[in-house]
Amino acid sequence: MNNISFNKFYRQFNILSLILIITSLVFLILKGLNYGVDFKGGTLIELRTNYKTNNITTIRDSFNQMNLGDVSVKKFGNETDFIVKFEKQNSNDPEFIKNIQNKLSSSIGNVDFRRVENVGPKVSSELLKSGIIAISLSLAAMLIYIWIRFEWQFSLGAILAIFHDVIITLGIFSIFSLEINLSIVAAVLTIVGYSMNDTVVIFDRVRENLRKYSDIKIYELTNISINETLSRTIITSVTTLLALLSIYLFGGEILKGFSLAMILGVIFGTYSSIYIANPILVALNVSQRTIVKEEKD
Amino acid sequence: MLYFSKLRIISVIIFTIIFSYFALSNFTKLDDKFFSKNINLGLDLQGGSYLLLEIDNQPVITQRLQAKIIELKRYFKEKEISLKNFSLSGDTITFEAQEQDLEQVSKLLNDKESDINQYYQSYKSHEFDVIENNNLFNLNYSRYGLVLLKNASLDQAIEIVRRRVDEVGTNEPNILKRGNDRILVELPGLDDPNRIKSLLGKTANLTFQFISQNSEESFGTEKLSFEDGSREAIVSKRIILSGDNLVDAKPTMNSQTNETVVSFSLDRVGAKKFGKATSTGVGKQLAIILDGKIISAPSVREPIIGGSGQISGNFTFQSATDLALLLRSGALPAPLNIIEERTVGPDLGQDSIDAGILSLIIGFLLVIIFMIYKYRAFGLIANLALVTNLFLLIGILTLFEATLTLPGIAGIILTVGMAVDANVLIFERIKEETKSEKNPIIAFDAGYTKSRTTILDANITTLIAAFILFFMGSGPVKGFSVTLGVGILTTLFSVYFIARLLTSLYVVKNKEKEQLL
Repeated sequence: MNNISFNKFYRQFNILSLILIITSLVFLILKGLNYGVDFKGGTLIELRTNYKTNNITTIRDSFNQMNLGDVSVKKFGNETDFIVKFEKQNSNDPEFIKNIQNKLSSSIGNVDFRRVENVGPKVSSELLKSGIIAISLSLAAMLIYIWIRFEWQFSLGAILAIFHDVIITLGIFSIFSLEINLSIVAAVLTIVGYSMNDTVVIFDRVRENLRKYSDIKIYELTNISINETLSRTIITSVTTLLALLSIYLFGGEILKGFSLAMILGVIFGTYSSIYIANPILVALNVSQRTIVKEEKD
Repeated sequence: MLYFSKLRIISVIIFTIIFSYFALSNFTKLDDKFFSKNINLGLDLQGGSYLLLEIDNQPVITQRLQAKIIELKRYFKEKEISLKNFSLSGDTITFEAQEQDLEQVSKLLNDKESDINQYYQSYKSHEFDVIENNNLFNLNYSRYGLVLLKNASLDQAIEIVRRRVDEVGTNEPNILKRGNDRILVELPGLDDPNRIKSLLGKTANLTFQFISQNSEESFGTEKLSFEDGSREAIVSKRIILSGDNLVDAKPTMNSQTNETVVSFSLDRVGAKKFGKATSTGVGKQLAIILDGKIISAPSVREPIIGGSGQISGNFTFQSATDLALLLRSGALPAPLNIIEERTVGPDLGQDSIDAGILSLIIGFLLVIIFMIYKYRAFGLIANLALVTNLFLLIGILTLFEATLTLPGIAGIILTVGMAVDANVLIFERIKEETKSEKNPIIAFDAGYTKSRTTILDANITTLIAAFILFFMGSGPVKGFSVTLGVGILTTLFSVYFIARLLTSLYVVKNKEKEQLL
């Protein structure tokens, strides 16, 4: 059995979390998120050139000559692979992509368009809306589920822990200008599920211990429960992180953002189920009476 | 919790074997039709194009409103009620009635049986909303009227889109309605969607109209430009013949001019009309107009009565083939805009599959090694459950012919990482129980029983996330939610049937040993 005094650091880590959340919110509000074409509209082209002489500058220059609005060019994995994004998306002109390819071939030599994504303004705003609805719905569903299974003090703790994870993960994406696309929404939803999962395991133990010991204060009790479930918490985090790391390193460029968001989410999810969810139970002064009263009803 | 009846053991084994067999059928060629199912690969893995088209219904609405004005005028004229100042602004018809007729007009407009409200008899609601303002009447499409109009034009458009896509001959295209003004077209394996895009981007409204002798635009004529943009011509608005009368069109070579042309043949009504018009119009120029642009305007030298003809106009063989295809498949009721396009080349798809499989194998091995290091014999049991879990997951996806996408593969890998959680919870609980309980069988039993609610809680939360993602997500993301959700179910099965069965066999055999876990 582990016996680490997690509870000694509740205050310090809560302050740290608060700083992280405020920093994230400041960045989210002032700098905003770097939306990809899914949510902003526009065109994305993943291209492969046949010539090693082509670099970001030559590619950007030739795209800039085509009057496509704001153009961004990035390396994508291989030396010869690039991702080009620009504002313009011309839905009324079926020859739009073909013309770009022709012009490009004449200026920098033969290029292969490996992937083209072209999203109109109407679709992108719909996708953004449904992404936000999906995340809000899942938070609401979690809240309801845990409300049914536990007492309100527990659901408050769990929901705040999830908010903490989602805000900080998005904050990191904002700070480093990482791209937010459809798969990041999927990652955020999975983070919500994972963080909940982790919190529920500890809370289940807290509730069990509340029934067992009537004379131990919640401050001590949360620490006992965290310690009792600690090896499970660590092992599951490690196996999940191993799987995610494998996707991040070997799963190809397309899954990089997705797996990075998940890795961050798992780390913060594990941390928050110890240092956000539990201190809230302490702050709300949960005792044996909290759950006994509930069971009599 | 540790007791298994013989019947249960056998059913678990049979169940596992069946699904593993389905899973394996992806990798082997089986003769058996029932078992040789395959997981569908999403467009991001096999390459292909995803196009979302939106119908621009505005021209149809305007056209219908204009027709409605004519209908109203005629109807009230028959009733000997005089109305004046008919006008169409935006989507509203406005007209004025005289003071003494107001009541009568209002009654007729709202009458459920009247001839101008035929819509009501079939749909039990009004096609138009009528707003009266002193002696002014405003008519707007009602919500139902608009829905019906949109649905009708969508049904027609989807049929035309299907014909055009089929004519190009891609393999297994998927054409679906989305809402009441969108069409989703999925074209697996299509490397270059440019041709399909330009075919779908054309309304293909073909008409034959005479070029007017007058050099000025007047009532009954309109000014149209030539396809190549070189010049313009004044064309009579009277339509001699439209694309509806065509029964066939194909690209051919004109042997005299050695030029590629499109030959067409007409139905009986069309042939009659065409013969009549060309016999009275010898010497005149007949403009062939596609989507408001003149393709060519040959002079009529003699009456054309055979019901067939040719369209010339500087075609290449490709453009003649495409025009013939468009004419054969018919005109769209309204223009289509491509509002979303996602195309993945086949080599990128293959790269994604390779990367996905590589990361799956590596992630799987890392987890397996970690579990054996942590739990020894029980790690092996958890790993066996994990392998079965993977087979079951792939087996179920195969059985339901689900679509596997790149995020879907990520979902499988994530399942591998999270699936051991349940076994870890159980094993850790058993470790705690063995501290107070010396009899291993009782300790193991208690470990399983006491961890059960926690495991259910933990998995249901992830299942909720997967469900919401399934209903809200689109395309590849949906694939992720499917593998994540099915993964949770197979995980629970593999933990509670496979791992528990193996654990019970192991514990019963080794119950004399000092420390089992």
